[in-house]
Amino acid sequence: MMNAMIRDFIMQGGQMLLVLTISPLLLGFVRKVKARLLRRQGPPLLQPYRDLTRLMRKDVVLADNASWLFRAIPYVVFAATWVAASLVPTFRSGLLFSWTADLIAIIAILGCARFFLALAGMDTGTSFGGIGSSREVMIASLAEPAMLMIVFAIALIAGSTQLSFMAAFMNSPAVGLRVSLGLGLIALIIVALAENGRIPVDNPATHLELTMVHEAMVLEYSGRHLALIELAAALKLVLYLSLIACLFAPWGIAPGTTEPKLLLIGVVTYIAKLAVLGTLLAIFETAIAKMRVFRVPEFLGAALMLALLATLLRFVSRSF
Amino acid sequence: MIGPRSIVTEDGWRDAIARLASGRATLLGLWGDKPDVTMALLDEGTGKVDVFGYTCINGQYPSVGAQHPPAIRLERTIRDLQGLDAIGCSDRRPWLTHDDEPYAFLPTEGDALHQIAVGPVHAGIIEPGHFRFTANGEFVVRLEQRLGYVHKGIEGLMTGATLDTAARLAARVSGDSTVAYSYAFALAAETASQIAPPPRAVYLRALMAEFERLANHLGDIGAVCNDAAFALMHAQTGILRERVLRASQDCFGHRLMMDIIVPGGVARDIAPDGVKQIGDLLAEIRRIFPHLVSVYDNTASLQDRTVGTGIVKPEFARQFGAGGFVGRASGRAFDARRALAYAPYDRLTFDVPVLSAGDVNARIWIRIREVEQSLALIDQIVGALPDGATKIELPPHGACEGLALAEAFRGDALVWLRLDDQGRVARCHLRDASWFQWPLLETAIDGNIVADFPLCNKSFNCSYAGHDA
Repeated sequence: MMNAMIRDFIMQGGQMLLVLTISPLLLGFVRKVKARLLRRQGPPLLQPYRDLTRLMRKDVVLADNASWLFRAIPYVVFAATWVAASLVPTFRSGLLFSWTADLIAIIAILGCARFFLALAGMDTGTSFGGIGSSREVMIASLAEPAMLMIVFAIALIAGSTQLSFMAAFMNSPAVGLRVSLGLGLIALIIVALAENGRIPVDNPATHLELTMVHEAMVLEYSGRHLALIELAAALKLVLYLSLIACLFAPWGIAPGTTEPKLLLIGVVTYIAKLAVLGTLLAIFETAIAKMRVFRVPEFLGAALMLALLATLLRFVSRSF
Repeated sequence: MIGPRSIVTEDGWRDAIARLASGRATLLGLWGDKPDVTMALLDEGTGKVDVFGYTCINGQYPSVGAQHPPAIRLERTIRDLQGLDAIGCSDRRPWLTHDDEPYAFLPTEGDALHQIAVGPVHAGIIEPGHFRFTANGEFVVRLEQRLGYVHKGIEGLMTGATLDTAARLAARVSGDSTVAYSYAFALAAETASQIAPPPRAVYLRALMAEFERLANHLGDIGAVCNDAAFALMHAQTGILRERVLRASQDCFGHRLMMDIIVPGGVARDIAPDGVKQIGDLLAEIRRIFPHLVSVYDNTASLQDRTVGTGIVKPEFARQFGAGGFVGRASGRAFDARRALAYAPYDRLTFDVPVLSAGDVNARIWIRIREVEQSLALIDQIVGALPDGATKIELPPHGACEGLALAEAFRGDALVWLRLDDQGRVARCHLRDASWFQWPLLETAIDGNIVADFPLCNKSFNCSYAGHDA
């Protein structure tokens, strides 16, 4: 009993460490692929780690009127995002925390992090922070309902909102080929792009302060605060890609086991899935321009409608 | 090109103002030459340029800006730099000098409106300028610009300088237009001292001017797309631009061809294998550029950003006499190469593309068409390049003055030069095309959203350095 407890603990800890350590690498990988697509050399794969350690070493510059909230929020955002990312099954399902790994709970944790970050954007009273927060909240107000709708659609098929269970169901022959799952996947990709501030919704590489969303919100942050926020952003990207992988490509995830061979297969397939999704993201981002801010509601509205359609189709016929 | 000004009385000055206000003439420039103020007018129909001087009484002159808004910033600059006062204009704030901060921005009235201050230090590495947006949420109600952060005092440095020194200073007004400024300065000096440079120099100058236009337009096309987060175009046009710059280095020994055009000709001849290099370069651009144009034209997400964004109304383009792609995208067909037909452009065939939509898309298309025209021009220039000397000495000529325009990539650069009897510069005025484009950017953003400003701004690509001089 005690041994099982420790084993579960190690597994869960391994998952937390894995997502934390791999997230900057994923960012570096996406940047590298994008650079290669543009016929550029691109920064080294490990550059995001160097950026983070550089930021960690640097002093924090605080605005005179920054409140305690401004200083506390990077830790809140980082902790919440890390926890949320640790709940999504990556290489192994049935983890210690899997009873809390409910999709709705994950969305709520991320929403919480976003709420605090938007507060931080407004805390110092600069116009860019305000612009960023207002845009972020506008996007979130559309992305969150769409995300919940996607959860309902998939939960209706899988019969649960608990991720380990959903992954196991998706991996079983019971799932079959379903229209509603296809719609849900497209909707989830749209939401993932918006939530992570990727092109066409936001440009993570921009230096144009007037077009920024996420970057404008965190413009006042520096040093270790900025490092935590950047790491949280990287974790969020890992989270969404892991979620897509876990729900729509659950192959290779080790079921609640400690057999080294299965675990190894789990880790390798997980990394391969991230690489494939990261490459697809880079290709998509290279082929498309950023959309006008007021086009974003239409884009996310499409996600909401697709998810709604997926849910409704389930009521029309159980075979959809 | 244009010889000495005519000194007019107050009636003559007011008559010129009436011509501007009624739209019968376009303002090319307005500058102080203590105790005089001078303005250059263009008759768009005939292409005739008039230069009028008015001797101020007690340092005052009747305001042009009171009846013709494009002159307002010029008058504020004259007050800043020469202390001459325009009587009758209500806007008496400084323009280039920043002594009496805080600057009195136009007030914001109404509860729903808020102000967004941007710059002069930006998040990216770009030139400094301050933009004050009055916005209602995302919608821009008013944009007010504050420039002058890179005022280098070039006109002041030129006063009393030798012609050689002044030519080097002129080349440093705006780095991306260094050829055009050297070109305009050399033309003004040659007009003043009434000499003509050797034919080979005339053609080499045009060759460098087209190289500069090509490099800048290629860079701009990509940069506008990059502001819509379409980095692919930026990377590809960046490669072509780099090829042009390297060919410039190989042909003329400097990537930007700085200080090569000098009064009396050109400082160095083209490298012996230059003509072959140019042939290879043109072939490469002609091979790749059409593909990039079709990528631009066929990327719906990009078109969605550029079409209908940042429209400059044709009447504003006409009123302000906007040159370059800003004017030509809004129906104003002025091109100094065509309107003033300075050598060798009088012997070359080329089109001046004009569109009327006035949006970001139109400004990109004007650039695309001008790239094609520049390629054709370079072919013609290389084919007709005469042999012979590349430079003659300017003979001493006594006190004299002259005005010249050269078409830079972003519009006409104006240089007015007055030499003293020692052949030194008594007064020189350099006017960038941006002077009449910056105000139009304020009108173009009306009704757009804050997030679209960078795209509009990049499609104008006005010069801060050239404006602030």
